[in-house]
Amino acid sequence: MKSAVIVFPGSNCDRDLAVALEQVTGRKPAMVWHKESELPEGTDFVGVPGGFSYGDYLRSGAMAARSPIMGAVKDAAARGVPVIGICNGFQVLTEAGLLPGALMRNAGLSFVCRPVRLKVENSQSLFTAQYDSGEEIVFPVAHHDGNYQADEATLDRLESEGRVAFRYLEQCNGSARNIAGILNDAGNVLGLMPHPERVVEPAHGGTDGRRLFEGLLETVA
Amino acid sequence: MKARVFITLKNGVLDPQGKAIHHALEGLGFSSVNDVRAGKLIELDLADGTSDSDIEDMCRKLLANTVIENFRIEKLENA
Repeated sequence: MKSAVIVFPGSNCDRDLAVALEQVTGRKPAMVWHKESELPEGTDFVGVPGGFSYGDYLRSGAMAARSPIMGAVKDAAARGVPVIGICNGFQVLTEAGLLPGALMRNAGLSFVCRPVRLKVENSQSLFTAQYDSGEEIVFPVAHHDGNYQADEATLDRLESEGRVAFRYLEQCNGSARNIAGILNDAGNVLGLMPHPERVVEPAHGGTDGRRLFEGLLETVA
Repeated sequence: MKARVFITLKNGVLDPQGKAIHHALEGLGFSSVNDVRAGKLIELDLADGTSDSDIEDMCRKLLANTVIENFRIEKLENA
């Protein structure tokens, strides 16, 4: 599986994502600078990593979403290439219009940084195929603007179409319906605030994230 | 020419930062505050003759997230 990890100025979880991908897929991903206009040929998975692209200036992910590389990412997504946006990456995907809604300041106003319990709501997607439906897992979060909001009609549609991928099992950031991660309507784009790449090996204190990447590998390869 | 863009949260969107500011004002003894909502001001220094539609485009395409924010443009001619 040929992966590409996008790097914006201020991204800082790109290397963690690259390490997780290399460990699970056996292949180093291409690190793609945001100013490139094309993804490497044959890219079959794109990761938009966490961090503080553009210092979160204006709005988190706002300027990164308008970077030259995002044209190529949108084209790839439209062709069915799996795309994951983690934390700042989720913010970038909503700002780029690849996912609905918006991520706002955490309801409690504090930066939240701890392991949180999640429920796998949709175990049919290519990202979650190796989880059981309703499985309880733990991923760490580290964010200030993780409060997922959308209008009621959009939220209802996400629920009824099974596009809520992960839900918080504890109060975290005030997200509507406790939504932690969502899918686009074609099911190939996933955005989530928690960090699966930070729980892929025992030394991380948990390995629940590993199966997300393993599921991806199995579907794509 | 200069333009000012005021960006505010849409009605109905919760504003915890506004609430925090409200509480802080009350803590300072200002009991007359009913509600607080916080927004942004962006000042643009533009070439003379920049069209209104260009400024609106800037707002829709970048300066405001129209999912959750409104924008208002004030032009300052001869500023």
